Amino acid sequence: MRVHLDAEKCQGHNRCYALAPEIFDVDDYGQAMLLVEGDVPAELQDKARLAAANCPEYAITITENG
Amino acid sequence: MTDTVDLSSAEPIMRIDEATGNKIFSFERNGETLEFIIGSSPEGTDVWQRVPYEADDYGSVADYRTDFDHADPAYNPSAPEVWKELREGGCPVAHSDRYGGMWVPLTNDTVNEIAYDTDNFTSRSVVVSVGRPGDRALPAPIGGAPPITSDPPFHNIARRLLLPAFAPKMIEPWEPEIQRLCQKLLDEMGDIAPGESVIDAAVQYAQNIPVNVIGRMLGFPEKDEELFRQFVHDVLERIAEEPGTREGTDDLGLYIQQQIAEHRENPRDDLTSYLMNVELDGNKLDDEVVAGMVILLLVAGIDTTWSAIGSSLWHLAQHPEDHQRLLDDPEVMTFALEEFLRAYAPVTMARLVAKDNDFHGCPMKKDDWVLLPFPAANRDPKKFEDPDSFIVDREENRHAAFGLGIHRCLGSNLARLELKVAIEEFIKRFPRFELAGDVRWSVGQIRGPRELPVRILEVAE
Ligand code: HEM
Ligand code: SF4
Repeated sequence: MRVHLDAEKCQGHNRCYALAPEIFDVDDYGQAMLLVEGDVPAELQDKARLAAANCPEYAITITENG
Repeated sequence: MTDTVDLSSAEPIMRIDEATGNKIFSFERNGETLEFIIGSSPEGTDVWQRVPYEADDYGSVADYRTDFDHADPAYNPSAPEVWKELREGGCPVAHSDRYGGMWVPLTNDTVNEIAYDTDNFTSRSVVVSVGRPGDRALPAPIGGAPPITSDPPFHNIARRLLLPAFAPKMIEPWEPEIQRLCQKLLDEMGDIAPGESVIDAAVQYAQNIPVNVIGRMLGFPEKDEELFRQFVHDVLERIAEEPGTREGTDDLGLYIQQQIAEHRENPRDDLTSYLMNVELDGNKLDDEVVAGMVILLLVAGIDTTWSAIGSSLWHLAQHPEDHQRLLDDPEVMTFALEEFLRAYAPVTMARLVAKDNDFHGCPMKKDDWVLLPFPAANRDPKKFEDPDSFIVDREENRHAAFGLGIHRCLGSNLARLELKVAIEEFIKRFPRFELAGDVRWSVGQIRGPRELPVRILEVAE
């Protein structure tokens, strides 16, 4: 599984950082940043899905690689 | 950020506008001149144009489809039913001749579309009233209270001044202080006799939390708490009055000026000093701009948060099962918090139509009002399953309580923390309570209980 963050869409609601701090960090302006590069470890996949499902701006997308 | 802005430019030029006495700062940026207006906006100038509307000519609303009025005292108590009825009756956008003409999108799709379309819908005024800013005096994209009244590209400049102070990592450390302030309010309720004592959870609790918190963040003396609260509440009450009426804002303005002067002598690590030191194009902000930003934070952050706390406690007073779940399983608060915000979103914003446009068959004319009810979007069945049910552990919750797009609530991290702590402390102290009479709801764009009598059934040891 991979997580993609669209920085153009992100408005800093910080839902992702609250729900999955292992995967998302925030900068000094409250904009999200991805901490995980490449495949998301199995134990974090549910959290990644939860964060994506709660982003009000639809800035987080997930691709499942089979 | 969507629009990155080149902040390097010449010094601002200040001039006094003779007609209004307002100070006007001009900036050159990317070959464009931006104007930033500071000063009172007396009526009779072109700053505010009175719209042809007398509330008395209309009376109370008979049909929300064609005569929508969010300021009808009957609206806030039953707003979710109004939205539902209109949506189910096939009315995605209601209209009203009030306020010189107003449109009201009621579905998630239409609210989203307007929130994201900053070309056709300007934020120059975000509170529907009997006055609108004139073309000359409050030029887009800046408006009277940046960034909330600003449009791109200036919006981003003003917003970035404030963002760092409200980023999650700056807000998190405030949790213990907010707990202490909530506990203090609970202590001040005095002796409570379980099963008998009735307290007003809005007046004695919710109402005081955000004002006390922001006062502490600004570094205003705790001994002034009562005084500051009074000044702020006087101003909030007057907001609804006609624009141009400025009585009552003087006490608060003067107090803030004194605090700025005091901070100049004794600089310290707080929000006031932050605002005094922040730089716009290499220059510190004028004291009046600092005071204006403080007032914006008070106006945007206080009755909003107090309404969210009040509505949440109102819900818990009637739903002991949700209350119990929070006590048994404190982790569920992560989801409950968002569900309180979704179901009882307190903030409806507004826009002005920037240019004539046809919005899904609605002939919108420049300067028509558009009410932007994020709370209605939050209850659209096309977006949320079972939207009128409060589901304490709703897992997928992309609600719009804090708005959508570039104006996303700047204080959302603080507001969430205050709401969470306020509920936690209240239910910890009072493990059981119930509604003890009629709720009085606010009138206007901010929806929440203004009187909320609850009977305390149990007090924690
Ligand atoms: C539960 C409490 C709150 C709610 C529901 C709320 C809601 C909102 C909404 C919906 C907007 C979007 C405005 C628009 O689209 O025109 C907004 C903007 C804003 N809010 Fe809040 N707010 C809350 C608390 C606060 C607090 C505590 C502060 C600061 C201390 C604050 C400061 C602001 C500011 C400065 C803006 C303007 C942001 C911009 O235009 O870029 N709010 N708020
Ligand atoms: S939840 Fe969405 S909008 Fe919010 S910070 Fe994360 S990515 Fe950005």
